[in-house]
Amino acid sequence: MTIEKTKADGLVDGTTDHPVGAPPRISNAPSARFTSAAANYIDERTSISAVVKEFGRKIFPDHWSFMLGEVALYSFVVIILTGTFLTFFFQASMAPVVYDGSFVPLKGVEMSSAMSSTLNISFEIRGGLLVRQIHHWAALLFIASIGLHMLRIYFTGAFRKPRELNWVIGFVLFILALAEGFTGYSLPDDLLSGNGLRIIDGMVKGVPFAGSWLSFLIFGGEFPGEEIVGRLYTLHILLLPAIIVALIALHLVFVVVHKHTQYAGPGKTNDNVIGYPVLPVYAAKAGGFFFIVFGIIALIASFFTINPIWNYGPYDPSPVSAGTQPDWYIGFADGALRLIPPHLESVIWGHTYSWNILIPITVLGLFILTVLIYPFIEGWVTGDKREHHILDRPRNAPTRTAIGAAGVTFYAALWSAASSDILATHFQLSIESVIHAIQAAVIIGPVIAYFVAKRVCLALQKKDREMALHGFESGRIVRLPGGEYIEVHQDVDEYERWKLVSFHEYKPLMIRPNAKGKITAPQRLRAGMSKWFFEDRIAPVTRTDLERQKSHH
Amino acid sequence: MAHDDTSGTDVAAFSSGADGVSTSAGRAVEPSAGASSASGGLAVITTDGLADPGIPPHRKRVTDLDPKKAKTAQRTVYTLFYLSIAGSIFAVAAYMAFPINADDPGSVRLNTVFLGLGITLALMGIGIGAVHWAKSLMHDEEGVDIRHPVRSSDDTRARAVEIFHEGNVESGIGRRSLIRNSLIGALVAFPLPAVILFRGLGPQNENPAELLSHTMWKAGARLTLDPSGLPIKAADVTIGSAFHIIPEGLNDTHDRLEQKAKAAVLLMRVNPSDLNVSAGRENWNYDGIVAYSKICTHVGCPVALFEQQTHHLLCPCHQSTFDVDNECAVIFGPAKRALPQLPITVDGEGYLIAQSDFLEPVGPSFWERS
Repeated sequence: MTIEKTKADGLVDGTTDHPVGAPPRISNAPSARFTSAAANYIDERTSISAVVKEFGRKIFPDHWSFMLGEVALYSFVVIILTGTFLTFFFQASMAPVVYDGSFVPLKGVEMSSAMSSTLNISFEIRGGLLVRQIHHWAALLFIASIGLHMLRIYFTGAFRKPRELNWVIGFVLFILALAEGFTGYSLPDDLLSGNGLRIIDGMVKGVPFAGSWLSFLIFGGEFPGEEIVGRLYTLHILLLPAIIVALIALHLVFVVVHKHTQYAGPGKTNDNVIGYPVLPVYAAKAGGFFFIVFGIIALIASFFTINPIWNYGPYDPSPVSAGTQPDWYIGFADGALRLIPPHLESVIWGHTYSWNILIPITVLGLFILTVLIYPFIEGWVTGDKREHHILDRPRNAPTRTAIGAAGVTFYAALWSAASSDILATHFQLSIESVIHAIQAAVIIGPVIAYFVAKRVCLALQKKDREMALHGFESGRIVRLPGGEYIEVHQDVDEYERWKLVSFHEYKPLMIRPNAKGKITAPQRLRAGMSKWFFEDRIAPVTRTDLERQKSHH
Repeated sequence: MAHDDTSGTDVAAFSSGADGVSTSAGRAVEPSAGASSASGGLAVITTDGLADPGIPPHRKRVTDLDPKKAKTAQRTVYTLFYLSIAGSIFAVAAYMAFPINADDPGSVRLNTVFLGLGITLALMGIGIGAVHWAKSLMHDEEGVDIRHPVRSSDDTRARAVEIFHEGNVESGIGRRSLIRNSLIGALVAFPLPAVILFRGLGPQNENPAELLSHTMWKAGARLTLDPSGLPIKAADVTIGSAFHIIPEGLNDTHDRLEQKAKAAVLLMRVNPSDLNVSAGRENWNYDGIVAYSKICTHVGCPVALFEQQTHHLLCPCHQSTFDVDNECAVIFGPAKRALPQLPITVDGEGYLIAQSDFLEPVGPSFWERS
């Protein structure tokens, strides 16, 4: 307490602020002596001072977009905390019981212990509903923030060397987060999630050769069986979290090894990191931010119901409500199932091929694979083996940004298809026209998005170039002696200009014969790809450009 | 930029090579090859770039310049921390003050909201206080760390290679190929029992394809209402109406849900003249009353929506649409096959009964289906 007080007092003066790098003041106060003795005790047994020396003043750059990964990390911590609480009350069993709790409409209804105990968490245990809702909202935020974090990494090129492997780890984490979401969503054994499991069962049965056997292995016999909730529970609270924790740890180790990327700016080079130290600034900002994320989730959970299983009732294979939809993050997969045209199934030599299931699974698999290996594709095209620690502004990598826009559009179209029936009823359209429109959007939408995004990027780059050379329009109109009116352009300052000009330019590959005098097919492909990537480009302003411009005036 | 300049020579070297991969692999053994001198590939290396003006001069915050403002900020921070304590106490009090009363559903809401608000205040007080402290009062001049190439130093790498070499020599793993290969074999084989153990996830003596091909329906089984299990008479089914049907006795089975997942049926009556009945199915309906499997042939959702005007059945999951007038053929959506029809008739007392089981497997397709 005393130390804190002295420090605070020092700050009030505003002048006696402790200078960085000066030797620490030694205090003889009893608490200081205790701290010193305790620190000595621990260090003599752990070498912890080396850790403090290494990480205590580590510099992290500051930007709002770096917060997205933090949100993901913190919401995961919230998930672990609240999930642990829920395990004390939840019974992962499908043994049938007759509900006898305080939610009157379901009294006397036969349901599984899982459903009944989830109702008890919601209606009997004080704070149970709150924690359940914090858990569910945190899970949604976890997945949403991972998605946004991935988009930030993609559009700023933060996946380039040396971070390609961390992109892969992060992407695997995203897939695991989806799996965590789906397994958790299915645990209460309510009508809505049960229909989700039924869809999974139907998809598994469509797998060639082994489908029906796989279905029996997963469900312990015929669907729905009495096993699946217990099995999903093991995945949900043991296996998946263990893998996620290990991968998050690895993900963060890589962040430390690579040091964080930074946006281009004056003084920021590929060889430095400019920002604030862990102690004290980031400890306070990031530590405080955890509480803010937790607080916002708690606020949402206090006021907004999520997954009201009591309205759905227990799982029964016969009923289903209109407007059935999965949790939003599974939407893209459900949408893909909805969009496939009718009658795609064939019987070949006595065996059934369910193309209406296999095609969506394959398309989604290829999409996921493309995202997973994108860093390696781009690395191969550019042949750039240097480390990149300065982030690209999305406009300065037009083709990458355009590919990203196409991917986002493709995902969005699939995702909207998961609500095709809601769109139809809400806007009073026929379901057929909604589906046909989205089918068209899945194919044409990415193409349009690609060209629009690329043109917008190039236009913005042109504007940047214009601004770096001629300054910005000041709004001041001047009449020249000859009677001509001009608007005065005001030069940007050198710091602002640096932000506009510090980016890389790449040129398409010139095909040359190799040592044996041959032009290989991979080289042709790479030349074609590089032409696609870099043929349209805007060069950054050079010194000569600027001097020519100055002398011109 | 500095690193661009130093890599200019590498680009020249790269351009004359066949491709980037072999060039960089070749460079890796060179003593001075660090990350900063790696090939830039197709990057344009310019010596004509503008100069980095360096870190802009530091701008002091209002709290650095005005002790009064600093004092206000300090007051804000500790007030927020005190508010957090108040929030925690409030949450504990709310836990006691708003118990859940079994007779009053509204008590759940009060408990959730007030407990939640207390916790929110406790968390946000700490969070906003700490961030405000950092932003307004903590030292805010930016620091600089120097990056080092991720690649280990050449000495370290050489030593690592040496260690592996020593390990190889001292163990003889490269030389004693029988030991090595038998070890690899053993390591490949030893997880196999673990894989086999998971066979226990599925039932032992059942044939999935066989089970999936049959339901509870049999000749003479009464059609009963879902969920009550009461039998239904043909006379109760008026034109345009639809009923959710389960087989007689389903509610007494020990595997009720598994049976229901296959046997659920939708019963409808339309004008007999609307029905296009194919050869061999003439007596499967009873005076316009038809029974179809409720399990979608796409991925198995219940096809629960009957459009009375159009005689279409719609699956709410993926919108497969089936035409009742045409023996539930697919007219839209991802499904391929028509819903299987259950042949029905009436017994002596006028109750609807099944003539037999479905004549084909119900629900989603599977490999051994046809």
